[in-house]
Amino acid sequence: MRHSLLNFTRSNSGLVILLVLAIPLSLLSPDFLTGANLLTVALQVSMIAITAIGMTFALITGGVDLSVGAVAALTGALAAGLATSGGLGTYPALFLAMAAAAGVGLLNAALIVWGRIPPFVATLATMAAARGLTLVYTQGRPISGLDAQFTFWASNLGPIPVPIFVLIFVLILTYIILNRSLFGNYIFAVGGGEETSRLAGISPSRVKFGVYTISALCAGLTGLLLTARLWSAQPNSGTGLELDAIAASVLGGASLLGGAGSVTGAVTGAFIVGVLSNGLNLLEVPSYNQQVIKGLVFIVAVLLDYLLKRRLK
Amino acid sequence: MAIPRLQLVHIVKSFPGVQAVQDVSIEAYPGEILALAGENGAGKSTLMNILSGSLLADSGRIWLDGEEVDISSPRRAQELGIAMIHQELALIPQMTVAQNIFLGREPRFASGLLVDSRKLLQQAQALLDPLQLDFSASALVSDLSIAQRQMVEIAKALSFQARVIILDEPTSALSERESDILFALMRSLREKGVTLIYISHRMEEIFNLSDRTAVMRDGQMVDIAPTQALTPQMVVQKMVGRELKDFFPKTEAQIGEILLDVRGLRSGKRLQDVSFSLRRGEILGLAGLVGSGRTEVARVLFGADPLDGGEIKLAGQVIHPHSPQEAIRLGIGLVTEDRKVQSLFLGQSVRSNASVLLFEKLTRLGFILYGRVDAWMRGAISQLTIRTPNLGQKVRNLSGGNQQKVVIARWLSINPQVLILDEPTRGIDVASKAEIHTLISELATKGIAILMISSELPEILGISDRILVMREGRLMAELNRAEATQDRIMQAATGQIEASG
Repeated sequence: MRHSLLNFTRSNSGLVILLVLAIPLSLLSPDFLTGANLLTVALQVSMIAITAIGMTFALITGGVDLSVGAVAALTGALAAGLATSGGLGTYPALFLAMAAAAGVGLLNAALIVWGRIPPFVATLATMAAARGLTLVYTQGRPISGLDAQFTFWASNLGPIPVPIFVLIFVLILTYIILNRSLFGNYIFAVGGGEETSRLAGISPSRVKFGVYTISALCAGLTGLLLTARLWSAQPNSGTGLELDAIAASVLGGASLLGGAGSVTGAVTGAFIVGVLSNGLNLLEVPSYNQQVIKGLVFIVAVLLDYLLKRRLK
Repeated sequence: MAIPRLQLVHIVKSFPGVQAVQDVSIEAYPGEILALAGENGAGKSTLMNILSGSLLADSGRIWLDGEEVDISSPRRAQELGIAMIHQELALIPQMTVAQNIFLGREPRFASGLLVDSRKLLQQAQALLDPLQLDFSASALVSDLSIAQRQMVEIAKALSFQARVIILDEPTSALSERESDILFALMRSLREKGVTLIYISHRMEEIFNLSDRTAVMRDGQMVDIAPTQALTPQMVVQKMVGRELKDFFPKTEAQIGEILLDVRGLRSGKRLQDVSFSLRRGEILGLAGLVGSGRTEVARVLFGADPLDGGEIKLAGQVIHPHSPQEAIRLGIGLVTEDRKVQSLFLGQSVRSNASVLLFEKLTRLGFILYGRVDAWMRGAISQLTIRTPNLGQKVRNLSGGNQQKVVIARWLSINPQVLILDEPTRGIDVASKAEIHTLISELATKGIAILMISSELPEILGISDRILVMREGRLMAELNRAEATQDRIMQAATGQIEASG
């Protein structure tokens, strides 16, 4: 009994941490456990969660993608610019912007695979370049004047915001890719042992191209949702998004050494980050103090996860 | 006899400076377990790596079931039905047994996009069932023991319709019970007509299991005979073969009082009740097969592995080094087995490598006194005849022998009482070997107590004053210089004589 409880905790440590956070919050603040507040949390979390899902793909191969925040900003800016002054229709603009995001992902993969540059360095470089391109393109000013087709993506369907549906769609799709598809199988294989995979006839290079493209597409989608939600593209949007995404993925069980990670975990991790911010806001903790508390909770969560896993080894 | 399953003819392979395999021919038949015996470095693994496609032969031909084949890669070997199970297993720990077995060949549906997990599991389980293993196809490899992982490798080989399975010292990491399970599996595969080639130097296993035994020495095939026609003594003699002809400059040192006294040393499962003593000026050789616990003795004395039981006395005082740092303060040095990974900072200079332990002493107000470091360095370079263009030369660019001298120089900088050397001349050319041997003898004459681990019997016999032989974590024999021979050491190391107390 004790063992099976521990086992459950090991494979779902993110959920356990989420509960540990939610119970005291619902006791301390009467506003926490209301439908409206939970939807707000879900809306805020959906953007981090989508990016974290993409990040998890990169982490499982033993890599990382630091360019996601900048890619989100670039995609949002391009979409807004092309849809307004560019004179394209909204949907062609969204499509082209996502194609640009995929382009950055392919560039990341090319640098890593062909250039043999470590993922941390390669994506650090494209992060700077993509942020710079965004500033050049926007001239450092927000792009507004979006039409209803664009802002629909952050509106409400009934009581539920559209980004939550987008998150659910992305979650299902990526879950199938990662856990049911051949490609997903090979992502884990490459992360667990690149040489072994090569000897089994798998091409680690192709896997990496796929992984960084998925990560960039998720980041791009996040950028579109952020833009729709603010009714404008902000050149500095998505700053620090990469850190939130890595934190969410790791809280959800991804290993920076590769070979482990799950998309449901990434979403759970994003909710931990979101619930914590929301709770601290409701409790009127000053925002400077919030950062300190977030850092500490993150350390405790990762340590707890490590201890649980080691205990069961 | 039937057509051979496998024929290797006139295989030759050399590495820079070494003829690893010299004109070796060998045959193996269906439904046979062929044991391949030989000392470390005899060329067994090289030969088998050629057969499994990991290495390309310089020349020679290979026939498989009467057809000449060209084994250009591990992938090609796999397609031909030749599988090698290495000592380091090639499984992905985060994946299940089933996923590992069918990696790259998963059953699919939806035009090959999705993996048919149910079928994958069924196929893997169908493969495991006849083997009667105690784990299921859905188990995670990281949860399995080493023995179980070997079974997974064997199942994987069978899934390729393997005709030849090569096992490279599979029992080195197994308990006796686990080994028995592996042997039962090997026998049942033999019944099914699979050819098994079994690399080992454990006599009891060879004589229990194999139909024929092939013995290699110095890259040559010395003998192939039905195992029944052999005795363990004969195999050991063939493995050792040569007369002691290398020249070992042994200077007699003044052997003093007991400096290091070890009683009942235990550490994990790998060391059980090891007791010995070491005197000032003495060179104590520590022989045994790879994995017999020799390196573990060194690591425990040096504080790198935990001491679980027993007592270590240094100059009459009980010591208990918890870390290499403590051991170094007590005057114990360790020249590690793997020079490049464990001893040297390859990208740094000769100066930084040799004087890293000296920096602490030669500083003022936190600044390193490079003048005094360099003065000491020049002395060490001439004493040890380290050949380097200057002190700033990167250690990477030095020859193996000179790299080893840099490591020894580092230990001399702490004026050690005890110096442990683990395989001090591995991968070093013959001329430098003699220099290192001379150096070791000289250090002994200065009163340093030396414990030297080596797999090269001529080296052990050549410069040791006394020799300990280990097997499976225990001391099996203690031989003095006069009574030690290669045969006696190998007999003790392979378990043909019982512990001498």
